Amino acid sequence: MSTAATPLLDVTGVTMRFGGLTAVNDVSLTVGEGEIIGLIGPNGAGKTTFFNCLTGLYVPTEGQVRYRGTVLPPKPHLVTQAGIARTFQNIRLFANMTVLENVLVGRHTRTKEGIFSAILRGPGYHRAEAESRERAMELLAFTGLAGKADHLARNLPYGEQRKLEIARALASDPGLLLLDEPTAGMNPQETRAAEELVFAIRDKGISILVIEHDMRFIFNLCDRTAVLVQGQKIVEGDRETVQNDERVITAYLGAPLEGTTPAVAETVTETDQ
Amino acid sequence: MTTTSTETTPVIPLPARAAAALTGLGALATAASAGLSWTWTSDFPGDLTYTGSPAGLQWLALTAGLLTLVLLLAAHGTPGLHWAAPTRSHNAVLLAATGALAVSLYSVTAISAELGGLANLEPGGWILGAGGILTVLGALGLPLDRRTHVPLRILDRRLFLLVPAAPIGWFAAHAIPGDKPVAPVMTALAGALAIAAGAVLLIQLGHLANTWLRLGTVERPLPAPRQLPSWVEVLLIVAAFGLGLFAITFGIDTEYGELFTGYLLLAAPVVAALAKSGLIARLRALTVKYRPVTTGAAFAAAASFPFTQTSDQYTSVATNILIFATVALGLNIVVGLAGLLDLGYVAFLGVGAYAAALVSGSPASPIHVQFPFWAAMLTGAAVSMVFGVLIGAPTLRLRGDYLAIVTLGFGEIFRITMLNLNGTTGPKITNGSNGIPRIPDLQIFGFDLGKPHTVAGIELGRFSNYYLLMLLVTALVVLVFARVGNSRIGRAWVAIREDETAAEAMGINGFRLKLLAFALGACLAGLAGTVQAHVSYTVTPDQYTFAEALPPNSAFLLAAVILGGMGTISGPLAGATLLFLIPKKLEFLSDYQLLAFGAALIVLMRVRPEGLIPNRRQQLEFHEAAIPAQPTGEPTALTKAGA
Repeated sequence: MSTAATPLLDVTGVTMRFGGLTAVNDVSLTVGEGEIIGLIGPNGAGKTTFFNCLTGLYVPTEGQVRYRGTVLPPKPHLVTQAGIARTFQNIRLFANMTVLENVLVGRHTRTKEGIFSAILRGPGYHRAEAESRERAMELLAFTGLAGKADHLARNLPYGEQRKLEIARALASDPGLLLLDEPTAGMNPQETRAAEELVFAIRDKGISILVIEHDMRFIFNLCDRTAVLVQGQKIVEGDRETVQNDERVITAYLGAPLEGTTPAVAETVTETDQ
Repeated sequence: MTTTSTETTPVIPLPARAAAALTGLGALATAASAGLSWTWTSDFPGDLTYTGSPAGLQWLALTAGLLTLVLLLAAHGTPGLHWAAPTRSHNAVLLAATGALAVSLYSVTAISAELGGLANLEPGGWILGAGGILTVLGALGLPLDRRTHVPLRILDRRLFLLVPAAPIGWFAAHAIPGDKPVAPVMTALAGALAIAAGAVLLIQLGHLANTWLRLGTVERPLPAPRQLPSWVEVLLIVAAFGLGLFAITFGIDTEYGELFTGYLLLAAPVVAALAKSGLIARLRALTVKYRPVTTGAAFAAAASFPFTQTSDQYTSVATNILIFATVALGLNIVVGLAGLLDLGYVAFLGVGAYAAALVSGSPASPIHVQFPFWAAMLTGAAVSMVFGVLIGAPTLRLRGDYLAIVTLGFGEIFRITMLNLNGTTGPKITNGSNGIPRIPDLQIFGFDLGKPHTVAGIELGRFSNYYLLMLLVTALVVLVFARVGNSRIGRAWVAIREDETAAEAMGINGFRLKLLAFALGACLAGLAGTVQAHVSYTVTPDQYTFAEALPPNSAFLLAAVILGGMGTISGPLAGATLLFLIPKKLEFLSDYQLLAFGAALIVLMRVRPEGLIPNRRQQLEFHEAAIPAQPTGEPTALTKAGA
């Protein structure tokens, strides 16, 4: 699939070094409007580090990240303001806030009410607060959590905590959503529900970049998939391209014995977590 | 804490009627003893020698006896008394009985210890002691909510070695001649050993009692309240706050340490008993329903305090409590909401006080101007806020323990700087350790706060005037806390406290919001500081230390916030009141004050880590299983209450 004239996200030559260790090496990637892009790779390949470079948590040693044509500032909150939201690999909810409050925190960049407005509580404040709540409840309904708005986030079951992270990220009205292993630890039914949720998000016009280990999930969802191995992007393309690439198979399974041609698709699928 | 099965059985196997009769008899005896003479001489404070006119501790005994009786009758379903114990829990009766026992035992012990022997007790004193013991014995025979099984916990066996070690240490310390330089060290060591051994024995005794009593934290369901006309409900709120004002006024007005100790010994079990009986939950439901009325009633109750006083003696205490409580509430923004551990917070109170003192027109101030009151307050708040930003900007990049250490350092730097700006070691601004004395009284639009005024036939002295001014400041701080805490900004602070990285990923500018919390907290403390400077006539650097025996200082401020309950409004106010009154009233403990304070803090944090008046969230955090999960959630069976 070809990218649009000006891609939504344009990553060029991002390199991240920690001292002598090169965690991400010269990775380029584009995400177009309305695309779902997958990012796979063995553990320790640098996928999350790459995410952190995109979201301003790390400042890349080299390279540039452009969102809608402008270079992203290296501060997480400015990246979110620009329109990129993310979830975390190990769930990082605000455990002692309610579900609704978690989503309201996600609205932070899209609201402006400051401290004086909060103290004076004029009509503008009440309007903005009501709008935020309405939008947050919409998102909770969208992710199927509306009935649990008053629960503490820490009391939600695992699968719903993942959904809440997505709802919270969507609250900032992003153009691009970065999902870091959204189905880790889920059973097959929950994974299928997550797939539908991702499609529904894409239908809202939000592009998605997703890290996953579940190959079936990735190949069902993604328009293109990039493979990261030891910090380098070794291949990018559609399902067939990735599944048949010798280097991908080597990265996941080791080098094949001479003369054997493994049934590629199946073996790659078997490496699911 | 896990879910345990419960039963409703007595601790002491008595026939149910006999137990109830015994409790009632004991409670009656305790109450009736208040009308008798307890001792023959007026040497004991409060003069307890009269028959038929209760005084001091006797009022406490009367209250304890009557309350136990009412709760007992209500728990037995006496018609007309259902309101007193909606849960009909006998545990509430036991708690009230414990209060009666505490008061009677303490009174008897204090009288015989101070006057030299039990011979000093009159028959009233004997009745009191017997009444207290009978009440508790009877209450232990009532059907109580208990856990079915509590395994006996035994402390680490090695700790028991301290028990024989303590007397050995004592003899060793005495064997050394007093003129040897190691003698004081040995005495101190022997003392520490004795305290440690005592603590070990006490804790083990507590575990034994726990296994025997098996009283669990059983939450009885609260039956739906009777429908009352709304004006009755409003009147109930007003009456409750009136009663609260009376109780707090009684505590502040206690004239001698014995009465205050008795007051505390009674107040703690009584509050617990009222909570168990369901009355406090009822009241809370009402306050939630009529929030504006509640706020108004609380403010009115606080404002009427000076009118209950005949002299200015205790109004000055109350004014200082308000100052301390207001600063604690400001600190609660920084610590409770934003989660920034600030160990030098008292410096901002000092900055406000010094700024106000410098522009007060005091002859000792190098700036010879006298600002009107509103400008002085704004100056204090603004200067304090500027300092908050100046200190916060470099330090707030640190997290956790590092921030605590740096703020501790800045707090001390403030004090030492104020010491050094004395004309010798620095420019002459603050007069060093002499401070800025003779700060004139505030004039508010021609109203001199230093002069007594008569309002509604009651003369309000200087401290009453300042009390009322300070109450307005407190109300402002409460308003700011409530409104900001429950807004976009407040949510962002809590998010930062919960997980700063995630908060930033949600678009929150962590540094800026933390700086805002720091600046707002500093500003509110500075505001209180301006009043404090005028109330106390003088500002000196040693009023603003990290820790000493008397509040306000940074350690006590933090203790007030944590003890009261982080993130709430009423928590720090209650914590500050207690922490101010206890050292003030128990000055006879003198050298042991900080020791007792530390021990009390340890016990409280062990028993109630979420603070006296916890935030709902915190309560869930610390006692997850003990609280029914969520109001809207599916009914999860967490406790087998009311079986």
